[in-house]
Amino acid sequence: MTVSQILFLVVAAVMLISAVLVVTLRNLIHAALWLIATLFFVAVLYVLLDAGFMAAAQVVLYIGAIAILIIFAMMLTRRVMADETVQINSQWWLGGLVAAAAFVAVAGLLNASAWPGLPAVDDATITNSIKMLGTQLTSPDGFVIPFQIASILLTVALVGAIAVAGEKK
Amino acid sequence: MPDFSKYGIGNIFIYFYELLGWFLKSQLNLPAELAGVIQTLVAIVTLGTFALLIPIFTIWLERKLAARFQDRLGPNRAGPYGLLQSFADVIKLLGKEDITPTGADKWVYNLAPLVGVVSVVTLWAVIPLASTMVGANINVGVLYVVGISGLGTIAIMMGGWSSNNKFALLGAFRTAAQLVAYEVPMIIALMVPVLLAGSMGMQDIVNAQANSTWYILMAPVAALLFFITSVAEIGRAPFDLLEAESEIVAGFHIEYTGMKFGMWMLSEFLHAFTIAALTATLFLGGWHGPLSSEAPILGIVYFLVKTFLAYFVVVWSRSTFPRIRVDHLLSLNWKFFTPLALGALVVTAVAQKLVDTYLPGAGDAMRTVALFSANVLLVWLVFELIRRSARQARAGAEGGYEEQGEAHHEEAGHGGHETQAEHSPAPASAH
Repeated sequence: MTVSQILFLVVAAVMLISAVLVVTLRNLIHAALWLIATLFFVAVLYVLLDAGFMAAAQVVLYIGAIAILIIFAMMLTRRVMADETVQINSQWWLGGLVAAAAFVAVAGLLNASAWPGLPAVDDATITNSIKMLGTQLTSPDGFVIPFQIASILLTVALVGAIAVAGEKK
Repeated sequence: MPDFSKYGIGNIFIYFYELLGWFLKSQLNLPAELAGVIQTLVAIVTLGTFALLIPIFTIWLERKLAARFQDRLGPNRAGPYGLLQSFADVIKLLGKEDITPTGADKWVYNLAPLVGVVSVVTLWAVIPLASTMVGANINVGVLYVVGISGLGTIAIMMGGWSSNNKFALLGAFRTAAQLVAYEVPMIIALMVPVLLAGSMGMQDIVNAQANSTWYILMAPVAALLFFITSVAEIGRAPFDLLEAESEIVAGFHIEYTGMKFGMWMLSEFLHAFTIAALTATLFLGGWHGPLSSEAPILGIVYFLVKTFLAYFVVVWSRSTFPRIRVDHLLSLNWKFFTPLALGALVVTAVAQKLVDTYLPGAGDAMRTVALFSANVLLVWLVFELIRRSARQARAGAEGGYEEQGEAHHEEAGHGGHETQAEHSPAPASAH
């Protein structure tokens, strides 16, 4: 095993354990902190795949923005749901069955596919990946229309949020 | 054995790194991959230790400078010029009782200062110390800095929430309002050097400055905005609402004692020094200076000189300005800094494009003049707008009682009201 393989196994194991803790813990803040750990280790996986931009964006967006808002909202509801709520309902076996079936299906699919040889990525591509991403997002031959539509959608969402939260006259 | 003359005194740290690799591979007969991992680990530990040792000096420096600003002498008993004062403080902190308050969330409470320190030390990974010395020359350096500072916010919120203390919780709430808000103009201001250098890598940005001019001349507005918003990000005076001692006693770290308190202090002081280092890297040319490419060790000296200059300004403003009020803090950010940062970004992009289109043969001097005057124009425009709306507000205030309340509130908005005619209430979440 190479060093990066060992790293991958360790990171993946810790990530899965944190993900399980997110849904099983009773304390909401602890669950949110484990969610941050999970998201962080996903970012580490991106780093192992040489996808630096994805990793940084993952940390900036998910940890820096979304997780902080989740924690902020939870702080206002301190220990409301800590002990009384039941975490499962009577249909837990059905959910488990579906999850197991999905796992078997995905694993079987991964096992069955032939995995055609992916094109080798050289170091120059990795170094220039951000430049290529930027060019793709702004060139007419690339993704300029979807990019612009997404920008307009986000601006509309921003204005809408201010309109909803703003003071009513 | 690596040949020392090939590296020279200018690359002495690189030589040590290669020497270690040679020792591990040919003397201990370790496989190349394992040797590489050990080499990297030693480099990480060295850089991290360097970063962690900085506050021992800067705490003394800051106390001395703050004392001078307040017409005092500062620490002067322990050692010459009081230089050993920080060591005495560390020993004192180590000896203090380690208290975990009843009802505190033990794990989160103990983890929070650790996350705080880690979030600052890891920033040093991407700061180029010299032309050949940078922890990790990743191509998303600027984005990495932004992401890591998000971890610092989480650390403060963890500490504030888990202390089981209402003042600590209030401090954490203020953190969320302040740090998340000031991140917006900070990121936009960071886009200006990225735009000018055409890269998000820290080393590329410094190289671009070494080949043209320092970005403090090309983008003074962005430099100032980045500096001010970073000071707000680390929660220092005049933006120290997270720990405002006259309002919420000590804010998020009120319950911490002993070395855990020391770790909060460590992360705060190191963070202050780190934003000075980032300002030096992004806007003051980093390691660039005479002969810095030929002898990289000189680059470290230039880098440290520039960083200490920026750090001096941090200390200066800390001991000069009074604390900003919480509603002013947010309206200053949303109504003044954010539009100004967007304006600086647009002005830089347009001026850059105009120079490229109409003056194709323009040298760096020409480009610098064009960008600088564009920035001056922007500042003049902003001040003209502020003056106009202040005049209107004054006219309204003289009109009648009804408008007086409005106008008063507008003036309280710190001149940031030119973008928004109606007054907006102070966000309830901030209180």
